[in-house]
Amino acid sequence: MKPNIKLPIYLDYQATTPMDPRVLEVMIPYFTEKFGNPHSRSHSYGWEAEAAVEKARKQVADLIGASEKEIIFTSGATESNNMALKGIAHFYKDKKDHIITVVTEHKCVLDACRHLEQEGFKLTYLPVGKNGLIDLQDLKNAITDRTAIVSIMAINNEIGVIQDLKEIGKITRERGVFFHTDAAQGFGKIPLNVEEMNIDLMSISGHKIYGPKGIGALYVRRRPRVRLEPLINGGGQERGMRSGTLPTPLIVGFGEAAAIAQKEMPEEYARVKRLSDKFYNAVAREIPDVFLNGDETQRYPGNLNLSFAYIEGESMIMAIKDLAVSSGSACTSASLEPSYVLRSLGVEEEMAHTSIRFGIGRFTTEAEIDYAIEVIRSNIEKLRQMSPLWEMVQEGVDLKSIEWAAH
Amino acid sequence: MMYLDNNATTAIKPQVKKAVLEAMEHSPLNPSSVHASGRAARKIIDNARAKIAEVFGAGGADIIFTGSGTEANNLAVSGVKGYEVIVSATEHSSVLKAAKNARILPVEENGLVNLAELKKVLDSCHSREGGNPYSRDGEVLAVEDRPVAMDSRLRGNDTSVLVSIMLANNETGVIQPIKEIAALVHSYGGIIHTDAVQAVGKISVDMADLGVDMLSISAHKFGGSQGVGALIMRKGITISPMIVGGGQELSLRAGTENVAAIAGFGSAVENLQENLDKAEEIKILRDYMEERIKSIVSARVFGEGAARLPNTSCFTMPGVKSEVQVIEFDLAGIAVSSGSACSSGKVAASHVLQAMGVAKPEAETAIRISLGINNTKVEIDKFIEVWRGLYNRANQRNAA
Repeated sequence: MKPNIKLPIYLDYQATTPMDPRVLEVMIPYFTEKFGNPHSRSHSYGWEAEAAVEKARKQVADLIGASEKEIIFTSGATESNNMALKGIAHFYKDKKDHIITVVTEHKCVLDACRHLEQEGFKLTYLPVGKNGLIDLQDLKNAITDRTAIVSIMAINNEIGVIQDLKEIGKITRERGVFFHTDAAQGFGKIPLNVEEMNIDLMSISGHKIYGPKGIGALYVRRRPRVRLEPLINGGGQERGMRSGTLPTPLIVGFGEAAAIAQKEMPEEYARVKRLSDKFYNAVAREIPDVFLNGDETQRYPGNLNLSFAYIEGESMIMAIKDLAVSSGSACTSASLEPSYVLRSLGVEEEMAHTSIRFGIGRFTTEAEIDYAIEVIRSNIEKLRQMSPLWEMVQEGVDLKSIEWAAH
Repeated sequence: MMYLDNNATTAIKPQVKKAVLEAMEHSPLNPSSVHASGRAARKIIDNARAKIAEVFGAGGADIIFTGSGTEANNLAVSGVKGYEVIVSATEHSSVLKAAKNARILPVEENGLVNLAELKKVLDSCHSREGGNPYSRDGEVLAVEDRPVAMDSRLRGNDTSVLVSIMLANNETGVIQPIKEIAALVHSYGGIIHTDAVQAVGKISVDMADLGVDMLSISAHKFGGSQGVGALIMRKGITISPMIVGGGQELSLRAGTENVAAIAGFGSAVENLQENLDKAEEIKILRDYMEERIKSIVSARVFGEGAARLPNTSCFTMPGVKSEVQVIEFDLAGIAVSSGSACSSGKVAASHVLQAMGVAKPEAETAIRISLGINNTKVEIDKFIEVWRGLYNRANQRNAA
């Protein structure tokens, strides 16, 4: 079957997204005739750029129920996460020295936490259940009067599960602890509201919502006021919290991407869900021994992380090279280490090696999904026929009972 | 509208726009993804890096892409651990504020760093008493003739002093003798960073020739796009990251790379010679403007006695406040600045001029003109006429 579609099919929407042409269109004038430095206060070039930045700030704020004064533009979610964690830890270090996060957070959150640990802060890494979700009781037990901040992501980048932000926010607010969420994967995809969820800091990114790379933001609550020590010092832009010339065209694109996401979220969610269900039913339900990683219902449908039992992970990726997919998060995908997220869920190493993340997004078509299903179906069969493990299972051997020789 | 504020930002060059848009239309591009579209992104970044290395004499150096020149400066001066940091008083705020507890070097009236003062500070970080007391001929040396030894407080590092001095000042255009300063710093076993953000595109910048260990640049100051800068580091320099995570940029700056802006950065660097070719022409225009202004009234041009960037001029309009001037010029369709863009909204007088010993009332009458590659003599003549008119009107008011 030769489909009338462009190969490879892009199914890696968690790594990055193609830019929406509508976004690019509004950005272009700011690259050329409207090129002013938004911090130039002495002429109309500067004012024009500033007005564009402020409009985008409002578009971004609106999507999460925040005020535009609470949005600090950064270079991306990685910087936002670093800024939130280190900024809070350093600012409140005289009274509080404890931070709570989760073992399945994005690598940049965990790395920032490790750095803080080296500086002397105390860290609690909450475990997750087999479904990838935290136990709220664990969180309650972990909070002490020395806890400065709780950092828990909205949607997991590898497995797509959604943590219960509303309940977490209730707990942190009640206990007087700041709540930061890395919403890089959730912003623009699912409804997020900083008021309803009692979120104090939120990291978001442009290029995950069909906007440009190199731009993101940190939401920082004003009432009650959250203060932080800046990561980047200098000209005092962004209320002194983040110095550096703001990239106007990128911000304009980010704002537009947020506005589109807000407007189209219900239909887009429904469309992604329909394609995701179709894919899941055809692949995981109809092919034996394919397992979904992470909770089945509390999840974003555009992210399906599946383990294909009895198949070599690398040969799988090679076999389905018509599909641009990932075996984990992009930043660590060059390494062949099995994902720490899957290991945290208790997924066995063998299965973690054969897991693949399928990302479905705005520009995924039904024809692409049909083709992807076909590619997977035919290749799984082929690969399994070559697999000695599969043969043994078919013969009724319990693989767990076998003692493997070390090599 | 006449744009005379090219040190704040520059218009993107057409070739850069093309490169940026091509990369954007080519999206999705996450350079860390191993699939084909990820590899395409990686190639864009590698190409830009190679061009930067070539043009700035940085072969073999590490080039770390950042989100801005500010971030590159922060990374350099706050990323070194256990160093005594020395900066000049006229540095950009991104160096001054990031270098906490730094020693501040004064500058001369013309804006140049006082080398004798730098030597004194370096001396105070080191001790000659602990140095080898014998000459090559075996004679006992007087303390002041001995080579320096590291102060024991600072031992434990290969090098223990970081000096950060900008190549050219953003407000006055004054060019520091970095080559000489680098040699001096190295003779003390220290390392040197230079903020070359304003110099690039106006004078030639060659890291090997300057002899610096770290150098910051920013794309939007020479026809690139906003949102990307770089810190170039000689191999062997160790710094700690500010932003950690996915291990991008040699683990010194995590975060998905800004592929499109980096593509534009590469293109801007590739087209840099165009700016340098026009530098002489721009300098003639700038000098002409200053001559004409001074023929109207004895306006003071700051940093005049020193080597300056060919495009930059910071001068006073006696008796007329900067804020009044910038508003009047804007009404006349001319974009100028009263200092650096990042602080131009604030009313405080420039720290650069204050460091040069300019009294506050005089500093408050200064504006900065920064020419770009597209400004013309016709524009400058119009600017001078508007300047003259404004000066005459204001002084008639003052006299009345």
